[in-house]
Amino acid sequence: MASKNGPLVAVRGLSVAYGSRTVLENIDLDVGPCEIVTLIGPNGAGKTTLVKSVLGLVQPSSGTITLRPGLTVGYMPQRLQVERTLPLTVRRFLTLWQKVGRADLEKVLVEVGAAHVIDSAVQTLSGGELQRVLLARALLRRPDILVLDEPVQAVDVHGQIELFNLIAEIRRTRGCGVLLVSHDLHLVMARTDTVVCVNRHICCSGRPEDVSRHPEYLAMFGRHAEALAVYQHSHDHHHDCAGEVVALAEVRHRHG
Amino acid sequence: MGDFVLDDFMIRALVGGCGIALVSGPLGSFVVWRRMAYFGDTLAHSALLGIALGYLLGIGMTAGVIAVCVGIAVLLVLLQEQRQLASDTLLGIVSHSTLSLGLVAIAFMETMRIDLLAYLFGDILSVTWDDIVWIYGGGAVALAVLAFIWRRLLAITVDEDLARVEGMPVLAIRLTFMLLIAGVIAIAMKIVGVLLITSLLIVPAATARRFARSPEQMAGTAALIGMLAVLGGLAGSLVWDLPSGPSVVTSAALMFACSLMVPVPRAA
Repeated sequence: MASKNGPLVAVRGLSVAYGSRTVLENIDLDVGPCEIVTLIGPNGAGKTTLVKSVLGLVQPSSGTITLRPGLTVGYMPQRLQVERTLPLTVRRFLTLWQKVGRADLEKVLVEVGAAHVIDSAVQTLSGGELQRVLLARALLRRPDILVLDEPVQAVDVHGQIELFNLIAEIRRTRGCGVLLVSHDLHLVMARTDTVVCVNRHICCSGRPEDVSRHPEYLAMFGRHAEALAVYQHSHDHHHDCAGEVVALAEVRHRHG
Repeated sequence: MGDFVLDDFMIRALVGGCGIALVSGPLGSFVVWRRMAYFGDTLAHSALLGIALGYLLGIGMTAGVIAVCVGIAVLLVLLQEQRQLASDTLLGIVSHSTLSLGLVAIAFMETMRIDLLAYLFGDILSVTWDDIVWIYGGGAVALAVLAFIWRRLLAITVDEDLARVEGMPVLAIRLTFMLLIAGVIAIAMKIVGVLLITSLLIVPAATARRFARSPEQMAGTAALIGMLAVLGGLAGSLVWDLPSGPSVVTSAALMFACSLMVPVPRAA
C-alpha cells in the first residue's frame, strides 16, 4: 500500500455502535490512489456501516477517518428506490445533484454503457441499467475516489462480471481509487488489489489470492466459496471478452 | 345563478380558493412524492388547537395555527428519530389527540363564539379581503421559498443519503418544507376546513401525475387542476348550498376519477 502521495482515505481505530450494540470495532483501513479495495464479509458484518462512516453518514463512537484534503468522493448506493409518482427521467436525475452540460451527460452515459436510457423514467430501468446510471452519477463529480456499496446486488451473474470489468476499466482510465463492498470474493478476485475481510473487526486483509486461503476467510466463507467456484467453472468457456479474465482468475485461484 | 356570481363574497371565495390551489399544487406534489399525506393530515388536525391558542394568547388565528403546526412538525421529527413507535402509529396518535385537544379547548372557552363546522369543513362566507391578502402574500413567499429549495428538495426526495454525501443541508431543507406545509394549512383552513386540507394537497397532484413527464409539469398541472376543482366546488356550494370544503374536495375527486380513464402516457 506504499503510495507516493499517501492514502486517499485513512481509517484508524474506528469503532461504531448503534445504542449499546457494537457494529464495528477497531478498524484500520487505507485506500490509496488508483487502488481498488474490496470489503467482503457476511450479512450484518458492518460493511455498509464502514462505508457510511467513510462518507460521513454515520458518526463513529471512536477512532478517526482522514480524507485527503480536497478529496472528491463519488458515491454509488446499494439501491435507489424512486417513488413511482415522481416523473423523473435519467437525464433529469443526473442533473439534480449539480449542473451538468448536455455533452458531459451524454459522454458519461456512453462511458458506463447506458446511453440508450437517457430519456427513460428511472423507475423503468432494469437492475443493471440503474446501477450504470448510478455509476454515471458518481462519475459526474470527477471523483478522486469511488465508493460503491454492493454495486451488483440486483444484477444477474453475467451482468455482475460486466459491471466489475467496467469499474476496473474506469479505475484504469480515470486513475481514481475505489472502495467497494461485495458479498463474495470470487467475482471481484481479478479486479481488486486489496481485499479486506470484515466481520465486526477486520478478520484478514491483503491480496485476494492470499485472503482466499486465509483460515479466517475459509471459516467464514469456506463452503460457500467452493460452491461458487464450481458454479463459475461453467462460465469458463463463455465467449465474451469478460469471460477470459474470469477464467484466468479462476485457474490461478484453483491451482494456486 | 348569474346574479350570485357577481356577489362580493363569491368573488372573494373564488380569488382566495384559486390562490390556495396555486400554492398547494407544487407543495402537494412533494407531499405525494415524499409519501407525507398522513403527515399533512396530522398537521392539519392540529390546526384547531392553533385556533384556540391564537384566541387565548390574542395573537390571532393565523399566527396561532402556524405556531402549533410548526411545533407539531418539529415534535414529529424528534419522535421519529427515537424510532420507538412506527411512523403511522405515531402520526395516528398525534393527529387524533391534537384534534381532540383542539375541540376540547374550544368547548372550554365559553366566551368564544366560534362556528366549529366552518373550521372543520370550510366556509366560503367567512373569507374576507384580509384573508385574501394573507393567501396571496403568504402564498407568494411560500412559492418563492419552494423555488429556492426546489432542486435540493427533489434530490432529497430521490435519496437522502446521496444528498447528504453531496453536502446538501438535508435537515434544514426538510424543516423548511414542513414550515411551508404548515403555512399552507394555516391559510387554506378557512376555505377547505382542517379535516380536508390534505386532500387539496394530494388529490390534484395525484390527478396531475398522469399528464406529467417532469416534476415541474406535475406541479404546474396540479395547480391548474386545483383551481378547476375550486371553481367547480364553489359553484356547487353556491347552487346547492353545500359546505365549501367537501364541495371542493368532491369536485377534485371527480376530476381524479375522470383522469383514471385517460391512458397513462409511457414515460420514455
